[in-house]
Amino acid sequence: MAESATGEKLNYLNHERGLWSWLTTIDHKRIGLMYLFAMTIFFFVAGILALCMRLELFHPGPDIMTAETYNVFFTLHGTIMIFLFIVPGIPATMGNFLIPLMIGAKDVAFPRLNLLSYYLYLIGAVLALVALVKPVGPEFFSNFLTWLGLTGPVDTGWTFYAPYSLESGTAVVWMTFAAFILGFSSILTGLNFIVTIHKLRAPGMTWFRLPVFIWASYATAIIQTLATPVVGISLLLIILERVMGIGIFNPKLGGDPVLFEHFFWFYSHPVVYIMVLPAFGIVGEIIPVFSRKPLFGYKMVCYASLAIAFVGFFIWAHHMFVAGISDKSAIYFSIATFGVAIPTAIKVFNWVSTMYKGSIRLETPMLYAMSFVFIFLIAGTTGVYLATLATDVFYHDTYFVVAHFHYTIQGGAVIGLIAALHFWYPKITGKMYNDKVARSAWFLVFVGFNLTFLPQFVLGMQGMPRRYFDYLPMFEPMHQLSTIGAFINGAGYSLALLNLFYCAFFGKERAPSNPFESHSLEWQTQSPPIHENFEETPVVTDWPYSYGVPVEGGGHH
Amino acid sequence: MNSQTGELAGPPHVHHMDARTAYGAAKLGMWLFLGTEVLLFGGLFAAFAVYRWKYLGEFTHASKHLDWRLGGLNTAVLLVSSFFAAVAVDAAQHNDNKKVVRNLAITIGCGLLFLVIKYIEYSGKYHHGLFPGTAEWNSPEFNESYKCFFGLYFAMTGLHALHVIVGMIVLGWVLSLARKNRFSRKYYTPVEVGALYWHLVDIIWIYLFPLLYLVA
Repeated sequence: MAESATGEKLNYLNHERGLWSWLTTIDHKRIGLMYLFAMTIFFFVAGILALCMRLELFHPGPDIMTAETYNVFFTLHGTIMIFLFIVPGIPATMGNFLIPLMIGAKDVAFPRLNLLSYYLYLIGAVLALVALVKPVGPEFFSNFLTWLGLTGPVDTGWTFYAPYSLESGTAVVWMTFAAFILGFSSILTGLNFIVTIHKLRAPGMTWFRLPVFIWASYATAIIQTLATPVVGISLLLIILERVMGIGIFNPKLGGDPVLFEHFFWFYSHPVVYIMVLPAFGIVGEIIPVFSRKPLFGYKMVCYASLAIAFVGFFIWAHHMFVAGISDKSAIYFSIATFGVAIPTAIKVFNWVSTMYKGSIRLETPMLYAMSFVFIFLIAGTTGVYLATLATDVFYHDTYFVVAHFHYTIQGGAVIGLIAALHFWYPKITGKMYNDKVARSAWFLVFVGFNLTFLPQFVLGMQGMPRRYFDYLPMFEPMHQLSTIGAFINGAGYSLALLNLFYCAFFGKERAPSNPFESHSLEWQTQSPPIHENFEETPVVTDWPYSYGVPVEGGGHH
Repeated sequence: MNSQTGELAGPPHVHHMDARTAYGAAKLGMWLFLGTEVLLFGGLFAAFAVYRWKYLGEFTHASKHLDWRLGGLNTAVLLVSSFFAAVAVDAAQHNDNKKVVRNLAITIGCGLLFLVIKYIEYSGKYHHGLFPGTAEWNSPEFNESYKCFFGLYFAMTGLHALHVIVGMIVLGWVLSLARKNRFSRKYYTPVEVGALYWHLVDIIWIYLFPLLYLVA
């Protein structure tokens, strides 16, 4: 085994040193970690914005901010969380780290393109930050900023709906251009993963020996490459309308704002599957390992990922039931939306059946995975209310949608990501996290999350409109519960991530190469892996879920 | 094609897969990218379909302001350029780097000619007040459905022209590699994927031309 100058075993973290070696790396594992660092920062920034909003909503009436500030805060919370955190999300971090390892490859198909995706992501992030600048200072300077279009933080909501996004006096051009660049990054990542999974599988790694996370990532990558260009062109048209004065979406110039909504949701509905499909994959990896049972209905889980991606392209207008679309198309989109429940339910049933009569170990990743299943069940069933035309008319502009959305995306994608970070932590860092702290953090996250968003379902049913800065006194108790929950939730995430970062840098406990006794390929190499992943190209002879038989290289459990 | 013989050689920097896999990966990657380009323009085509249906008569009338002769000339220019791009790929497969340089130079030259003709068209629109921001454009007499047509015209052809420029840069890079004699029948991936991209730029124009110019 090769050793570094200090006598440590050589791995991808220590084979090169220094900041420059990270900034210019084309190693998929390092790129995954660089995404993780950047995204963690944005997650906390957007999370703090959310806590400020919750604090403001603790009492009716203005408390800590004005209504205008509130509009800016919820736009930034949404934009940062969506475009800078959860859309790159699991694919950019865990996907980058795991896909080549899981299929037995040395890297992704286009490593330099992968690094380009990262820098496009950073450029998009910087543009989004620049868009926050307000015209201040001496007159010539503030005039210059105004001339550049930097007229203050965007207040349109993350959806940039026309015609308001065409009229708003804020820096919409900058923010939409940032989102456009981020979309480019997402397309290139998806393209890279599709080619990697097609071309770089190790000998013997047939399609039906692939881990379900690979299937989920593949389905995600298809959405990334096929849906993102459409939002790209919509945002580009918003920019053209504002800069050149043409009117594709502006009714004053002959355009149709509903067309923007169609374009936007043609991407932005599939994009929720970009967020949550990889989390499905992660849960599908974790549950068999900690149940010591083969994944139930493996092929159906694989097909369900593709089916969700496919159906996801044909149900976008269920976001527009109250936007004035025709009754006929509303009926079609309602029925088609129910269709997506089928592959989703297949997945849930398969996870639960995998656990049935398993030898379940409640390790931290498993606690998160089980919370995911519980939360996603609520997310899915409340989605049915919103797919139903008659009920959606009532619920659409209420907190019910806010709660449903956060149950799917925070309870789904974010908790999936946290589960993955714990599960693959020994592989990524070569260390173990502090288990007691990790469990306490999980408890805070789970309790805090449900306390935040369950009351919001009630608020929605009582008629509390979403995006409002103020409310009637009758909504106060539920808002207060929600605010308390949000702070517990925030404390949980902070504790979980602090634990992971602290143990990575200062932890003493070295992890064995396969502490959770997984059969998947990434656990068969050392922890952390060497620069090119495997000492020699592995040959695959079986699917990765033959649990119930002893495994070579088992850890301390 | 000699992929059956397994003799393909990779570029020096690809160390993590064999040459044949690298060739297949590059081609698959480019085809996927072309798919994303089709969807990017697909949004514009969908918008065009919606508004043509909404403003049928006005679109037909507005289309008459476009010069089908200049548009047709540009179509011919791009078709010719695609032919030379294809010849460049063939030359690379036959170890003839000089011929690659020659044919790519003609392709890029055609791209330049296309942009010159496009510029002539755009400035004509500007002089006739059919350009966003001109006094005529802003006058209340200028019907909003015409604005919609010309808005789409400039968005679609402008985005396409941007792709022509990007394609010229890509082919310019491939040309510089050919001048260093990088290509052979064992390794010609950049010529092939570069040409693929150029063909897409061409084919989008093939759809834009009848939609915008001949719809009347």
